[in-house]
Amino acid sequence: MSEFLQALGQHAFLQTALLAGLLAALGCGVVGTFVVVKRITFLAGGIAHSVLGGMGAALYFGLDPLGGALAAALISALLIGWVRLHWSAQEDTLIGALWAIGMAVGILFIAKTPGYTGDLMSYLFGNILLVPARDLWVMAALDALLLLVVGAFYRQFLAVAFDEELARLRGVPVTGFYLLLLCLVAVTVVLLIQVVGLILVIALLTLPAAIAGHWVHTLGRIMLVATGLGAVFTSAGLALAYAPDLPAGPTMILLAGGAYVASALGTGLMQRRRARRRATRIETTRHGA
Amino acid sequence: MSGHVAAVAIAGVTFSYGDAPVLEGVDLNVAEGEFLGLVGPNAGGKSTLLKLILGLLEPQTGEVLVLGRPPTEARRLLGYVPQHPGFPRDFPITVEQVVLMGRLGLGHGWRRWLGGWSQGDRAAARAALLEVQAADLANRQIGTLSGGQLQRVLVARALVGEPRLLILDEPTANIDQRMEGEIFELLRALNARMTILVVSHDVAFISAYVTRVACLNRTLVCHRTEAINGRVIHDLYGEDVRRVAHRHPA
Repeated sequence: MSEFLQALGQHAFLQTALLAGLLAALGCGVVGTFVVVKRITFLAGGIAHSVLGGMGAALYFGLDPLGGALAAALISALLIGWVRLHWSAQEDTLIGALWAIGMAVGILFIAKTPGYTGDLMSYLFGNILLVPARDLWVMAALDALLLLVVGAFYRQFLAVAFDEELARLRGVPVTGFYLLLLCLVAVTVVLLIQVVGLILVIALLTLPAAIAGHWVHTLGRIMLVATGLGAVFTSAGLALAYAPDLPAGPTMILLAGGAYVASALGTGLMQRRRARRRATRIETTRHGA
Repeated sequence: MSGHVAAVAIAGVTFSYGDAPVLEGVDLNVAEGEFLGLVGPNAGGKSTLLKLILGLLEPQTGEVLVLGRPPTEARRLLGYVPQHPGFPRDFPITVEQVVLMGRLGLGHGWRRWLGGWSQGDRAAARAALLEVQAADLANRQIGTLSGGQLQRVLVARALVGEPRLLILDEPTANIDQRMEGEIFELLRALNARMTILVVSHDVAFISAYVTRVACLNRTLVCHRTEAINGRVIHDLYGEDVRRVAHRHPA
């Protein structure tokens, strides 16, 4: 650990990586909370994976892959939202298909791109150490956009996440806000792809919010705690991976996964113990009387 | 106040899902200030009729007007208590937040859309919870409530927007009988300032409270509560139903 701190002082690429992790944590805390409570993890997975299509196309045409990823994520978010709203009978099949088709398109584009195309692995599994410093500004701008939109329409997002029928009866344009929420998921996915790659995005998007949901019970607090947890997982993952030269993305994911299992077991155990204590108390008062 | 406009005016409404007709030639007028009970057997079309009034469905023929306008334009003047709440019980949200959501769509200018709840919204939520005697539940997580408590909170959520028409779908289906009486006493008090339309399968019980009963089994027949007798129930349900004698309010 001290070795990491020392290196952090010396190497700009490590500082950039640390900042990228913190910027990603903000998005995964705020938007990940909606993904967890609205139970749209599968939709978010579909959006994340089909992003490869856009990255591949951007590479092939010599454009910025980050821009391609953003465009692809937004398109697939709207496509998946449209499927969910109009074909609910076969929703899971169609989203699964979009998921795979997006990836297939991306791999074909990358295979046909002339010259050196970089490492496919770094798209799939991320490489936080290779985040260019200028991308930090893009990430910060995307974070600001997320916070602004969620802050402005917090009540409507809460209503659409909580009870769509009520939201519709109160005059909230539910379809519009649902699609907007999926677009926010798309933006967050792009933020996180920088850090952990598109295969692992789903874990960093959902696990911090899911862990927070074990311990706090309002949406706002879950967002705060999840952001904090996301920051811990990305920073600690980076630090742990440094000395043994492990890939940082998978290290962060294993940390988050381990914390989730521990938290789920911990809350389960606590609930059981509380129930047992209550039962014993009732039993002793019965016998005492 | 536009005293001459009917709270609900339904004329010649027919509705079917696919091939099976659910409603046939339904006419119904509910005056403002009325307390109407809508009864009928399961699958008799009660929930469908409610959805037409709420503007969640559109009739294939006929017309539905709520407070003199199309249902989708009257929504902000309605309060609705669903039979099955459309949210998961483990959603991380407090009772106060649930009630506040009944204030969506109110407020003026940009406040209607942007930002958080106003002081007025919060005061209204407190008042609504007080009215249903659930003020002490404000900070509880929604999943920790009992069936009866949840029902009170849902009534508060419907009241908080100060509706002119309150619609309840089987408000007492999931609670015990003592609580059922309490809910209907509350509705009787609310009826002094708003029109109420309540769906129930329990014709005997509600006729002690409502001013008129509409019996729906694909077609609709209305009765003054004084006229409810074994014959009516037999026609509606197709068999004799055990009836409980009750006094009518003066």
